Amino acid sequence: MHYQTESWGSYIPATTMTVGGDPLERIERLASESAVVIFSMSTCCMCHAIKRLFCGMGVNPTVHELDEDPIRGKDMEKALMRLLGNSSTAAVLPVVFIGGKLVGSMDRVMASHISGTLVPLLKDAGALWL
Amino acid sequence: MENMSSSSTQFATSRQMGIYEPFRQVSMWKDTFGGDNLSYTGASTIGEVDAKLENKFELVSHESVQPSGNDEEGNKSSDKAQRRLAQNREAARKSRLRKKAYVQQLETSRLKLAQLEQELERSRKQGLYVGSPLGTSHVGFSGTVNSGIMAFEMEYGHWVEEQHKQNCELRNALQAHAADIQLRMLVESALNHYYSLFRMKADAAKADVFYLVSGIWRTSAERFFLWIGGFRPSELLTVLLPQIEPLTDQQVLDVGNLQHSSQQAEDALSQGIDKLQQSLAHTMAADPMSGDTYGSQMAAAVEKLDELESFVSQADHLREQTLRRMSSILTTHQAARGLLALGEYFRRLRALSSLWAARPCEPV
Repeated sequence: MHYQTESWGSYIPATTMTVGGDPLERIERLASESAVVIFSMSTCCMCHAIKRLFCGMGVNPTVHELDEDPIRGKDMEKALMRLLGNSSTAAVLPVVFIGGKLVGSMDRVMASHISGTLVPLLKDAGALWL
Repeated sequence: MENMSSSSTQFATSRQMGIYEPFRQVSMWKDTFGGDNLSYTGASTIGEVDAKLENKFELVSHESVQPSGNDEEGNKSSDKAQRRLAQNREAARKSRLRKKAYVQQLETSRLKLAQLEQELERSRKQGLYVGSPLGTSHVGFSGTVNSGIMAFEMEYGHWVEEQHKQNCELRNALQAHAADIQLRMLVESALNHYYSLFRMKADAAKADVFYLVSGIWRTSAERFFLWIGGFRPSELLTVLLPQIEPLTDQQVLDVGNLQHSSQQAEDALSQGIDKLQQSLAHTMAADPMSGDTYGSQMAAAVEKLDELESFVSQADHLREQTLRRMSSILTTHQAARGLLALGEYFRRLRALSSLWAARPCEPV
């Protein structure tokens, strides 16, 4: 698992990042950069559980800790909330994207795994090879 | 309708007077139906018959029980009358016994209530806050009263009874080699019954998540197996699998996948809960010397408890998904056998708890 961290001390505009950009666009861009993308909060234990789930399956997800992005984190969290149709910020995170497409929160991921649809999804996205 | 109410008042009076109740009831019906105010043709016939019998009763009850030998028809009807009378006596006797039992029950409950009130008073004197005595009987772990939890405890009691009933029906149906259609209905009811428990638990978690997670609402043996407020999905499969053989090749594959995925999900949630415990402990163990962080420490801790609620929710969600997936893999007959085994398993755990509680205490 590798973490995408922004170092605000030495800002390197390596990609087409715009500080004032649309959070939803940013989410979609980040989501399409890897096979499995998790938007998380470093202090959130449910996020920890979902990371353990993917690691246990042999998947290597890209994790974006929104609380470690002081400027855009909050906006992204709100954008994700709207995307999921949640009415409150309570337990929006973790949010999982596979193959650039939104899967959802812990309950959707678990339901998908139990029903057997998660593994084919991961294979299609190239996150699993067995 | 007017007649009905008047007869019921009369009924109440006669009970107080201790007269043979069924006897009075017979005359009531006559009063109700014998009159002209009801255009109910059937009733008037009953009224006529009852009128005749009532006359016989009055005759027999006031005189010695000797049928007159001359009139044969008189003999037959007085025989009937005597039988009726004996039946009435019997019914009245049973009624008196029932009343006695009920009164005894009330007396016992009254004593128990007095005892509980005494204990409550004692606890209150010792400084434990147990809330107002008016109609509140639940004392939670924290010592405060919680109506949501009281409601849950009652509902759960009913749930267990209903579960037992459903299990008996399942067993009977399987033993009688019932048709698949009938089994299907029973399977659906049983599954829905489990799903309804998860909904009940969701409400209880909002009221007091600690209560749910402590397992105090379950028996002691069940509590031993408690995992995030309920049974483990892997435990579910352990109980079901021996009962559902033989399996087709596809079923073997599907069940294997289900075991695998549910175990992974279970492990993930376990690790999440462990992290939550660590995190909460860390928060609670913060520098004891800095008194001004106490408030923020507590606030942080309370936020963690919200997370506990979401873990309980996810755990129940996993239980439900596992049940649903299992029922989609199995045939109706297999599902029936599996559900019977599951219900029986929990019943045995409860029985074990009772046995254990009743074991003789060794002298110190």
